[in-house]
Amino acid sequence: MVALLDVKNFQAAYGSTKVLFGIDFAVQESGISTILGANGAGKTTALRAVCGMLNTAGSVTFDGGRIDDMATEEIVRKGIAHVPEGRGTFASLSVEDNLTLGAYIRKDRDQVTSDFERVYDYFPVLRERRLQQAGTLSGGEQQMLAIARALMLKPRLMLLDEPSFGLAPLVVQDLFGILRQVNKNEGVSMLLVEQEANLALDLADQAYLLETGKVVISGAADDIKGDDSVRQAYLGY
Amino acid sequence: MDLFVQQFVGGLATGGIYASLALALVMIHRATELINFAQGEMAMFSTYIAWTLINVGMPYWAAFFLTIIVSFAVGVLVERVVIRPVEKAPLLTIIVVFIGLLLTFNSLAGWIWTYTIKPFSSPFPDRPFGLFADITVRMHDAGAILVTLLVLILVYLFFRFTPLGLAMRGAALNPESSRLVGIRVGWMLALGWGLAAAIGSVAGMMVAPITFLDPNMMAFVLLYAFAGALLGGINSPGGAVVGGFMVGVLENMAGTYVPFIGNELKLTLALLLIIAVVIFRPSGLFGKPVVVRV
Amino acid sequence: MSNGAPMPTIAGFSGVAWRKIGLAALIIVAVGLPFMVSDYRTFQFNLVLIWAIGILGLNLLTGFSGQISLGHGAFYAIGAYTSAILMYQWQVPYYVTPPIAGVVCLAVGFLFGYPAGRLAGHYLALATFALAVAVPQILKYDPLEPWTGGVQGIFLDRPEPPFWLPINTDQWLYYFSLVITVILFVAAWNLLRGRSGLAIRAIRDQQIAAKAMGVDTTFYKSLIFGVSALYTGVAGSLSATVIQFVAPDSFTFLDSIRFFIGMVVGGLGSIAGAIYGGIFIVFMPNIAEEISKAAPGVIYGIILIGFMYIWPLGVAGFVRAVCARLVRGLMGSGGGEPGGAKEGTERQVPGGFTS
Repeated sequence: MVALLDVKNFQAAYGSTKVLFGIDFAVQESGISTILGANGAGKTTALRAVCGMLNTAGSVTFDGGRIDDMATEEIVRKGIAHVPEGRGTFASLSVEDNLTLGAYIRKDRDQVTSDFERVYDYFPVLRERRLQQAGTLSGGEQQMLAIARALMLKPRLMLLDEPSFGLAPLVVQDLFGILRQVNKNEGVSMLLVEQEANLALDLADQAYLLETGKVVISGAADDIKGDDSVRQAYLGY
Repeated sequence: MDLFVQQFVGGLATGGIYASLALALVMIHRATELINFAQGEMAMFSTYIAWTLINVGMPYWAAFFLTIIVSFAVGVLVERVVIRPVEKAPLLTIIVVFIGLLLTFNSLAGWIWTYTIKPFSSPFPDRPFGLFADITVRMHDAGAILVTLLVLILVYLFFRFTPLGLAMRGAALNPESSRLVGIRVGWMLALGWGLAAAIGSVAGMMVAPITFLDPNMMAFVLLYAFAGALLGGINSPGGAVVGGFMVGVLENMAGTYVPFIGNELKLTLALLLIIAVVIFRPSGLFGKPVVVRV
Repeated sequence: MSNGAPMPTIAGFSGVAWRKIGLAALIIVAVGLPFMVSDYRTFQFNLVLIWAIGILGLNLLTGFSGQISLGHGAFYAIGAYTSAILMYQWQVPYYVTPPIAGVVCLAVGFLFGYPAGRLAGHYLALATFALAVAVPQILKYDPLEPWTGGVQGIFLDRPEPPFWLPINTDQWLYYFSLVITVILFVAAWNLLRGRSGLAIRAIRDQQIAAKAMGVDTTFYKSLIFGVSALYTGVAGSLSATVIQFVAPDSFTFLDSIRFFIGMVVGGLGSIAGAIYGGIFIVFMPNIAEEISKAAPGVIYGIILIGFMYIWPLGVAGFVRAVCARLVRGLMGSGGGEPGGAKEGTERQVPGGFTS
């Protein structure tokens, strides 16, 4: 099966500092892949690089076409939604305005209206706080808003950068449950970067372990979860 | 009493012009942290275009709207062609580019249309306008206030209620997140410049009947607009508008009522007063103080 | 060099020695200049020196302590008028007036800098611009006319060179300016390298941290305002002597803009840049007029924009980069400084002060 997102020999650098040294990973159609690793391993860089935010080399193929030389906004227009580290919400705009911007490039206006409802069904708290300034929401609510905004794009692929960061465990459980639902019900493929290896391996099909810019382990998530020696050596539990 | 109302209304009229230009300045500043020093000269250039159109026989309002459209296009062009290549340069370098733009537009106007002062017709008849209780004001003053208010309201509605307006606001507030929702931030910037140029052209066409048309007519207007924007708060569009009106009224009142001021020191006084305000309220009257994390 | 390796050399001379040779060559050219060119050109180069002093003053303030000023034309005017009034009203000899004008401007600059130090960025730009606009208006002010000569201004007598020197007035005045230029440039160079220089640079780069470390930022900012004004004031004073005429309309806000342009085109934070800037300001309008008699302003504007595209760090930045590359090329891979500007994805902050 041809992968939806296929990344080969990917290198990335901040200015003259190289951070990724030729990594390979992929996301299958309607699948979930996860990239794990410690701080500084290059996980966030990998996501940002896929979105064209850094200097890169190597190939990134999405839905059969090369996207590695495109500008971020053009990559997004191909159907890739990125939920960045730090949420990236428009803090001084309302929740609803944030969601409206999420659907900015879509042409199907009636669908957008019903998508608003769907997204509010997933995250009822956002419906309550529709007119509130996004910057005044709690951390968990902002994360939900960020994911909701990504969903408003009606993406084929969602990139999620440490969605569990700074959130209470119960909130995180809810969140991951919703991610699973979105993937099952709507077939949205996901590439998830996480430090919480446990959660990520539960959710994903494929897993890649990054260490200082190189992939050291890759395989089915279940296999890695089941392999005690790998878990203890690399994931610390 | 008559004099007071007339000068007050006159102040509001010029204030509306300052407010429009101040809004243009703030729009570009919000998106780029830069003050477009060439905004006044671009507005002056637009006004000359309008003059040319009227001179070849086009009716006033047709020329008015065509000028706005042309100015919009010129604004977009300037951003894409002149500003974009230097957007990553050091701040002071970019300021010099603006100064270069200023000098170019100014000299271009002088070259094409000469430096001879020309009269510019007002669309409003030269009759006194009855305000209330027997007090009359100049028709052009009243008309200018109306036109500028209309423009400002339209701009507000655009930004508040249209998708494109929302996208432009987003691009100014958070360019990176805007890219992540597919907004072409570069083009939003160009549109912002176009809109600013269009607003500026209205300001120019409203002020020209008062000051007469000459290449240097907008220099002081720009300065007052800048002062008004700072007074209201450089990051607050609403504040800039209010600031512009305040400066207009202040300038007129000071010129009329403070004995030794007269025409020469009007500018100095206005500036000094504004500086005094800014020393006590560094972000302006309506601006939010920017908290800097060290 | 810290690692004990032998110092890299070109043709047997170290980098520092080459700098000194370059400087000596420059001085020889500067001294010989009046005998190599016409009187009018000598006059023009005199203006270059005057503008260079003024630009250096602005550079001390902006490049050095990070305070933007669009108002230095005001200090230029004050310096010029101080000299003019001293010479006209009290027959003070022209060569005594520059220090006096300097001190007057030092005081005015310091007093202005004290409250202005609370402002930053656009607000400070506006405040200084207000100063630039106010001073010519004050100079025209009727009650002051007996002193300032009002709108007509003051005409001054042309100075004579000492009888025992076989040179004409243009040449003499050029040397007069040259001596003052050298004194002021050396003084600036010393100031920057000393403790005060360090304190002031700390203020520019991280004001809050500097304050936290006990640097009296208010005092230093006002001081550098005063010193900056002093320099530009001396430039103004020299201009009165060299042009022998002052009038309010000679000192518009355009002068402030010229100083600003000269500083950025020459190179922010560079002493040599002040000279390049002076050359640009004096000669570029002529060149623009050569290219187009009809619309010199348009050509000037386009050239100015072009300069900024090609050399965003000014001529001095370009010269530095070229020299660094040359040095690297001539010394092989081992020596030389790590090159000029570094490309980044954000806007660059102009580098530190260099000579």
